[in-house]
Amino acid sequence: MKNSTVRIVRNILDDLWRFLKIMAHNKVGFIGFLGIIGFILLTFVGPYFVPLSMDTQITKIYKPPSAEHILGTDFQGRDIWMQIVHGGKDVLIVAFLTGVISTTIAVTLGSLSAVLSGWFDWIIMWITDIFLTIPNFPLLAVIAVFVKLTNVWALALILSLLAWPSLTRSVRAQVLSLKQRDYVEAARTLDLGIRHIIFSEILPNMMSYIAISLVFSMTSAIYAQVALVFLGLVPFASNNWGVMLSLSWARGALYYKDSLLNIMAPVMAIAFFQLALVWMTRSLEEIFNPRLRTSV
Amino acid sequence: MTEAIHTSNAQRVLPSAPSILKAIYRNFLLRRLLKALFTIFVVITITFFIIRLMPGNPVDIYVQEQINLYSMTYEDALAQASAMFSIRLDQPVLSQYFDYIVALLHGNLGNSYKSVGTPVATMIAKFLPWTLFSVGLSLLISFTLGMGLGMLMAYRRETILDYILSTIGSILSSVPNYLVAMTLVVFLGVQWKLVPLAQMRGSLSPGVEIGFTLKFISDALFHAAFPIATYVLTTVGGWMLTMKSSTVAALEEDYVAVARARGLPDSRIMTSYVGRNAMLPLFTQLAISVGFIVGGSVLIETIFVYQGVGKMLIDSINQRDYPVMQAVFLIITISVILANLLADFLYSWLDPRIRNVGGKGA
Repeated sequence: MKNSTVRIVRNILDDLWRFLKIMAHNKVGFIGFLGIIGFILLTFVGPYFVPLSMDTQITKIYKPPSAEHILGTDFQGRDIWMQIVHGGKDVLIVAFLTGVISTTIAVTLGSLSAVLSGWFDWIIMWITDIFLTIPNFPLLAVIAVFVKLTNVWALALILSLLAWPSLTRSVRAQVLSLKQRDYVEAARTLDLGIRHIIFSEILPNMMSYIAISLVFSMTSAIYAQVALVFLGLVPFASNNWGVMLSLSWARGALYYKDSLLNIMAPVMAIAFFQLALVWMTRSLEEIFNPRLRTSV
Repeated sequence: MTEAIHTSNAQRVLPSAPSILKAIYRNFLLRRLLKALFTIFVVITITFFIIRLMPGNPVDIYVQEQINLYSMTYEDALAQASAMFSIRLDQPVLSQYFDYIVALLHGNLGNSYKSVGTPVATMIAKFLPWTLFSVGLSLLISFTLGMGLGMLMAYRRETILDYILSTIGSILSSVPNYLVAMTLVVFLGVQWKLVPLAQMRGSLSPGVEIGFTLKFISDALFHAAFPIATYVLTTVGGWMLTMKSSTVAALEEDYVAVARARGLPDSRIMTSYVGRNAMLPLFTQLAISVGFIVGGSVLIETIFVYQGVGKMLIDSINQRDYPVMQAVFLIITISVILANLLADFLYSWLDPRIRNVGGKGA
């Protein structure tokens, strides 16, 4: 009994080690991966160590970095580092939800569209074509006026509704090329059914592609989300990178030398998170595509 | 007898309806034109249902406001709202929709809600040229620059130059454009005081007349410099990386090897053989890029206080000026669709293969 638990734990550790080794194969990708881990720890574990206090402290307005406030204080005398630690949660959760929802829709519709072809394919392609030409962000801004996007789920849902068309197109293109492969032809001659062909033959072969699409839809979700919050179109609770950006911009934090960090801290947090996501895709490519690993 | 000949001739000359449709479908440009028209129609439909049927629609809000504020009768308020949104509100929804489309076809975009009596069309005519100018110019710059640098990277691949440019490209293309815009303002404009930020606000200095003069052109460029720099910086990375990979692919093609074997000069191979073919994937990306830049103008113009349609959209959203909001959204979308159409035409001019294949190329 005890032995088997040990074995399971060891297996998991082995897998984890192998995973890390592959991730580390691509240096840029590994830096991105570490960055993502860092951001996850910062936003989900960090708040336990850095208590949140959003009270105004008039004596501490725009203090430069010091031992007490490593990133200085903002226009109301509140610690900036504390706000960065607490402000990532919404951003990360919305990005992740949007990524998962839109990728799920895109993979389902894109692969069905490629496998079924005919009128279904035709309709889906028309819809994606139309959505691709409507500028996303203005549409989002207009919708945000009518639909109250007050919680992360509503926001993620709206963002996904706008994100799936472009992903669907590329998933369809991938499936179309995979469809021509011999093993899929073989499965079809054996009459194994659409479910089997999609889930056992085609999807496993495009895992890297799906993972990368997920990451890219996360980056565009962050783009749109922070922008909406920045423009004041999405009312969100006080501590959020987008709200920090919006408030510090509106309060003119850029005009004083000591307040520079008030604006640059959220800018850097968002920019580094985006960059880490994009860089991580390089390692993801190698994880899901063994051929890349051996050839390098 | 003559009649019979006539009809049989007519039958032969006039193709039947399905074959006309087929001919349209086969013709790449016609197909694209139809699709563009259909997309515009869909967007008009979406905006109509957003303003009319969504919860909290502006028409109901406006009517309610007029009744509360000016103790108007319901009928009067309705009549005023009808004039503003160019919809006849006493009709059933479907005929309202019909009226709305007819009004739009007559170029009637309604009247502004906040600046009473100003037709929305006049406002758009004032703001749209600046966005078209700044976005168009930056697309041209970043497309050319990206193409050049991408080719350079492909020709010098796996050198230190390629490595540096790739890294810069991947960083630039992954940072959101509004963050780049803010960073430019913070450092160049305020902290280091390298550029006179306050003077650069707006789209033109006061007192400068619009005309084909050096003063006007240089002033317009001066005011657009920051938005253009931002658009170029954030899009050039994508073009570079795409151009590099497609150039590398083109360099391995047989026709390039043959051209080399024929002893053609390198410059000719680079432009007519490699360049022309490597450019094709960039044109398909152009469509998505135009939409993204124009969409991003909403943020960039707000940050730089540049008087274009993007800022107009945000201002109208903040003031809840619904007729303006809806019209600007429509105009933005239509200009993106037209830009896409242009990109398609350029594509078919560059790549004759797709012109008449009938569905296969696209």
